[in-house]
Amino acid sequence: MKNNFFLILTTIIFSLIFYVFYKSLQNPNIYKPNIETGKKIPNFEAKIFGTDTIISSDEIFKNNKYYLVNIWASWCAPCRVEHPLLMELTSQEDLEIIGINYKDNILNAKKFLKELNNPYNIIISDKNGILGIEWGAYGVPETFLIYNNRIIKKIIGPLNESFIIEINELIK
Amino acid sequence: MRFLKYLLIIIFIFSFNYSYAKENLQNKITKNLRCLICQGQSVYDSDSEFANSVKLIVKKKLDNGLSEKQIYNFLKDKYGKWILYDPEFNKNTYFLWLLPIFIFVIGGITIFKLFIIRKN
Repeated sequence: MKNNFFLILTTIIFSLIFYVFYKSLQNPNIYKPNIETGKKIPNFEAKIFGTDTIISSDEIFKNNKYYLVNIWASWCAPCRVEHPLLMELTSQEDLEIIGINYKDNILNAKKFLKELNNPYNIIISDKNGILGIEWGAYGVPETFLIYNNRIIKKIIGPLNESFIIEINELIK
Repeated sequence: MRFLKYLLIIIFIFSFNYSYAKENLQNKITKNLRCLICQGQSVYDSDSEFANSVKLIVKKKLDNGLSEKQIYNFLKDKYGKWILYDPEFNKNTYFLWLLPIFIFVIGGITIFKLFIIRKN
């Protein structure tokens, strides 16, 4: 009787373990970056690009409008690809584009903007990449659409036409 | 004068120890952080732009007096729990944590029952 009880208990336990592991095997094991939206934007202070003036996040995002934060660098090839699309977005009146210049040489960055034009209302410097981490960025380019101090869309990698359509839809 | 000399030596030793301990903690934290843009490397091992920035932010947060757990929470909030190598004890991982203990206990009881009680 006792032995039977042990046998049944062991079978149940091992079936349970097998079930859990088998179920877990079915789960996709591919890592997806965190593109969770609705998060509050970080509080920070940073230098305005090319100056020693410090600006806070409250000063940048003070108006009740949409903001597009774009992390870019002159050494980043995909940033060059997405740049014309950012220029396209400058025609949007309700949108302010904020650039975060990531780990860049200031002269190269200025040359980059001179060559491709400047779509940014404000550019802030992120010399050591700390600001990028505060934003939860993985690298460059990365873009965040912000409304009411919350991230409503996060785009990892370069912008493309479909993202522009989506951004225009969201702003409407 | 001699007292001052000894005091300075003690302060020097303690400050050295303190910075050494902090560096150790920083290494421990970065070893438990996954470099999200690398393949199978921790932030500590990697020299990528991302990993270097994370190392800097961990140092900055430690300097600001944040604890190890607070730093993990900060990074988890930004990048999700995947950034941590060591899975935390929560409702998704309790089975993972408790299973070895459970098997150990069951195994122990079985051995006890089979060999010791039967022998008697």
